[in-house]
Amino acid sequence: MTAEQGLGMITGILFGFLLQKGRVLRFDKQVGAMLLKDMTIFKFMLSAILVGMIGILILSNAKVITLSHKPMNLGAVLIGGGLFGIGWAIMGFCPGTSIGALGEGRWHAVFAILGMLTGAAIYAELYPTIKSTILTWKDFGKIGLPETLGVSPWIVVVALWVIILGFFVWFEKKRL
Amino acid sequence: MKWKTDDGGWNPYLAGALVGLLAVASAFATTKILKKTSFLGASTTFVRAAGLIEKTVAAGHVTANEYFTKEKVRVDWQFMLVLGILIGALVGSISDGSFKLESVPPTWEKRFGPSIIKRAIGAIVGGAVSMIGARMADGCPSGNGLSGMMQLSVSGFVALAMFFGGGLIVAHFVYGRRPS
Repeated sequence: MTAEQGLGMITGILFGFLLQKGRVLRFDKQVGAMLLKDMTIFKFMLSAILVGMIGILILSNAKVITLSHKPMNLGAVLIGGGLFGIGWAIMGFCPGTSIGALGEGRWHAVFAILGMLTGAAIYAELYPTIKSTILTWKDFGKIGLPETLGVSPWIVVVALWVIILGFFVWFEKKRL
Repeated sequence: MKWKTDDGGWNPYLAGALVGLLAVASAFATTKILKKTSFLGASTTFVRAAGLIEKTVAAGHVTANEYFTKEKVRVDWQFMLVLGILIGALVGSISDGSFKLESVPPTWEKRFGPSIIKRAIGAIVGGAVSMIGARMADGCPSGNGLSGMMQLSVSGFVALAMFFGGGLIVAHFVYGRRPS
């Protein structure tokens, strides 16, 4: 195993362990969130974002790491995001959690994994067509929210903390 | 608020916050060790895995494919990360006794019954649609949602809203109705 692969493996084991302990690998937790009945996956994900964005901002301001925004290609993000959501509701897993679910014994996740491998193969065939259609509509490029709004990234961080903590209070009040 | 969930899991806010620390540590470690900042993600690995599988039957087709060439069919950092998730989840579930062989998820069974075939069809079709969407949007809830929002990427916020919006509508339609 190369250093690259070893580092990936160690990071993945820790990630999988925390996903499992947070109980977010379950089909019922994912669909529960979509039915607005159980917000466990949002508590988990948004907490990770609140903590992570501070560290990432400090490291990128110090030029220790470089950010890699994904392109804000309007058609791709809107249509692709919507398609993902539709499939996610039926499958009940996302790519990372399907593998984790298999690890905690939910073996039916193999069907989800098979489906996603099939989807990836189909996308590879469709790519030339999508590239010359949907991807050409409107590409805003690899943009960050602070530059787009013209404010300091710290203002965005503080605003997100306030908004997301507000969501957390609401989740706990409603016992979601 | 409790430190442990009723089934022995960790408080989701705590486990999530630890993932936030892991994401920062990982961005730092990949930059220092691999000289390139990598962020947590999963869906590109499905492209590479599909490419590796296709290669065993049609190597020329994979080499000639523009998308496989763009995403590079190889066992890279993220590929091992995805395999690591399986190991981490296995260790975690065995350590607290939550490992359980399950052939049909409870919420699915309530709506569609215990048929494994029905579940398989739903998961395969849903999985295929999902992955086509994730690749079009250039990331899944890990890459676009978690890592994108952490970097304050515009695409991360829009993608997560679309993921959840699409999921919410379809989930209410599929599971929301009472079984007759």
